Amino acid sequence: MSQLHIGVVQFPGSNCDHDAVHAWQTAGQKVSLIWHKNSDLEGADVIFLPGGFSYGDYLRCGAIAKYSPVMKEVVRFANQGGLVIGVCNGFQILLEAGLLPGVMLPNQSLKFICRQVNLKVVTRQSSFTSAYQEGQVIRVPVAHGEGNYFADEDTLKSLQDHHQILFQYCESDGSVTDSANINGSMLNIAGIMSKSGNVLGMMPHPERAVESVLGSQDGLGVFQSVLNSFAEKAD
Amino acid sequence: MYKATIQIVLRPSILDVQGKAVLHAVHDLGYPAVGQIRIGKVAEVTLSAGSPEEAEKQVREISQKLLANPVMEDFSFTLEKL
Repeated sequence: MSQLHIGVVQFPGSNCDHDAVHAWQTAGQKVSLIWHKNSDLEGADVIFLPGGFSYGDYLRCGAIAKYSPVMKEVVRFANQGGLVIGVCNGFQILLEAGLLPGVMLPNQSLKFICRQVNLKVVTRQSSFTSAYQEGQVIRVPVAHGEGNYFADEDTLKSLQDHHQILFQYCESDGSVTDSANINGSMLNIAGIMSKSGNVLGMMPHPERAVESVLGSQDGLGVFQSVLNSFAEKAD
Repeated sequence: MYKATIQIVLRPSILDVQGKAVLHAVHDLGYPAVGQIRIGKVAEVTLSAGSPEEAEKQVREISQKLLANPVMEDFSFTLEKL
């Protein structure tokens, strides 16, 4: 398979952009950084919105980033079926931009949580999880103050009915419990995809778990899944 | 010129963890009668407009598009002529 071109968007305040570049390069792909003032995506096959504190998290996390010039293009790209991944602050931006449903509230504990967590891979029927086993428990770090996913009952039901919940906070044996719910998210949600299946948002950082020296390689599956989906399309 | 004072508050269905933490501190300060605290935001916006109606329209649009997220927040505002 030929190399993919990954566009990692840089907002003022992004701080996981280079982690993302490193992770995609580790997965063997070509990566460009795309500045938030750009109004073209430089022909990227996949767009990655990294973590950080875009625009200082002023007003609400991700609220100002959604009106940056690059986001108009990202929304257009997503609406045409392009694969978009938002991690942490990137997820918050996708929520604010309306590419994914729901909002993030401050963590229930009001503490910034920075540690390795267990995630259950709820389904492998997606462009982002096919490299995992169904129900697999993976170890990936989180680092956020506002990761408490909230949506109304109808939205939650729709997420479940359409199998859009991809990752849930869980115990080491895979059971989804209140005690494993680090931030108070509804349904222990750690990551969801759009109904159309081409937009992923997740609070944990797969890009920080791609080499054993980082303590876990479990995040690589997300990147491999994306590569699989392109390989399938090429077949 | 007009000045709008926009209040942004969490919708009643949203648990305000920040307000809850502040409530605990207020109780510790010796005010056990305080029952609930909810924290919101205030934005003071000055703008020029041809009429109060036009000013209101702009303020409402700004609030809906950016200042408040309708999934979790409600907003209200007052307008005064400067």
